[in-house]
Amino acid sequence: MASNKAARIGEDVWKSRTEKINTEIVTLTYGTIVSSLCRDLLLPNTTSTTDYAAVNAELDRMGYNIGLRLIEDFLAKSNTGACQNLRETAEVISKTGFKIFLNITPVVSGWSSDGKSFGLVFEENPLADFVELPDDGRAQEELWYSNILCGVLRGALEMVQMQVDVRFVSDVLRGNDTTEMRVTLLKYIEDEMPPDDE
Amino acid sequence: MSYYFTIIGTKDNPLFESTFGTSKPGTGDGTARFRDEAAQMNQFIVHAALDLVEEVQWTTKDLYLKKVDTFQNNHIHAYITGGNVKFMLLMNADPSLTAYSNYASPPPSRASMAKQGGLLAANPTSPQTEEAVRGFMGEIYEAWVKCIMNPFYDVNSEVTSPVFRGRVSAAAKRYL
Repeated sequence: MASNKAARIGEDVWKSRTEKINTEIVTLTYGTIVSSLCRDLLLPNTTSTTDYAAVNAELDRMGYNIGLRLIEDFLAKSNTGACQNLRETAEVISKTGFKIFLNITPVVSGWSSDGKSFGLVFEENPLADFVELPDDGRAQEELWYSNILCGVLRGALEMVQMQVDVRFVSDVLRGNDTTEMRVTLLKYIEDEMPPDDE
Repeated sequence: MSYYFTIIGTKDNPLFESTFGTSKPGTGDGTARFRDEAAQMNQFIVHAALDLVEEVQWTTKDLYLKKVDTFQNNHIHAYITGGNVKFMLLMNADPSLTAYSNYASPPPSRASMAKQGGLLAANPTSPQTEEAVRGFMGEIYEAWVKCIMNPFYDVNSEVTSPVFRGRVSAAAKRYL
């Protein structure tokens, strides 16, 4: 019932209150960003070997900055109240959040036994259309192409008082069967007084 | 019957090449039967045909330029894309008959298998040949567009994607 409500809100907002943009512009722009990062972030003391760990970290950081701002837009458009628990949060993320911004609905699955972590399985990923990872032997093992999405979730959830760890565990671009992202709740953030007492 | 297919970029640099034979049942098993010298001569012949491609491309609005050149019994068909990238297909009905020496005449012919009906290169200007090659080029064009949409591919550089090579082979099996 919570997921149906989330799905319905997502559909309504997608149909009525969002401006649309051509998918291919988004795909090609994101592709340019990733390939520029791969050209610019090189291993120290080399001229052309990409440091894929640094690229992943940079994509995550970019996503984090996007997420901090995106959450306001999301709450304004969707008008959902606070979620009661992690399950509800997961449903809202997948059915409303991704629907509004990318028009996809990843499937929530793989709940861990303590209920603190879940997986999001993407059947389609518009950021990665037409992409083939470069075949220099290392990209296949080290690059998470859509890592910006992890950063976006991390930033957005931090603004609603949840500290999470988000990472990809499999990606069809790497040859796996599915693209799956793992979200783990670390803790709820309590508001703290600034260190200075005045 | 054997084919040599190559993609040539805007600076006359080859981006991709592939050799294969006809896969039509009864006439071939998909492998090329070029002579040893063919490796260099094929590329040479195709590049020599580029001049003719550049002349013909302004005379028609069609992207498919049909047969542009013949050399001994090699026939060359060309397709040009919007980005001035040229797909060239060289077809040779019976490579063992082709002499690349200075003498323009082929060596004395023996009973050649190329006279079987149904081989495309036996009659290179027939509508069936043109249609088959046109279909092949169309499919390559679609695969090509997907290949250049890849953000990691630098335009006008060599195509190393195994997916693209697979698609070329599949198209060759279907049409040629």
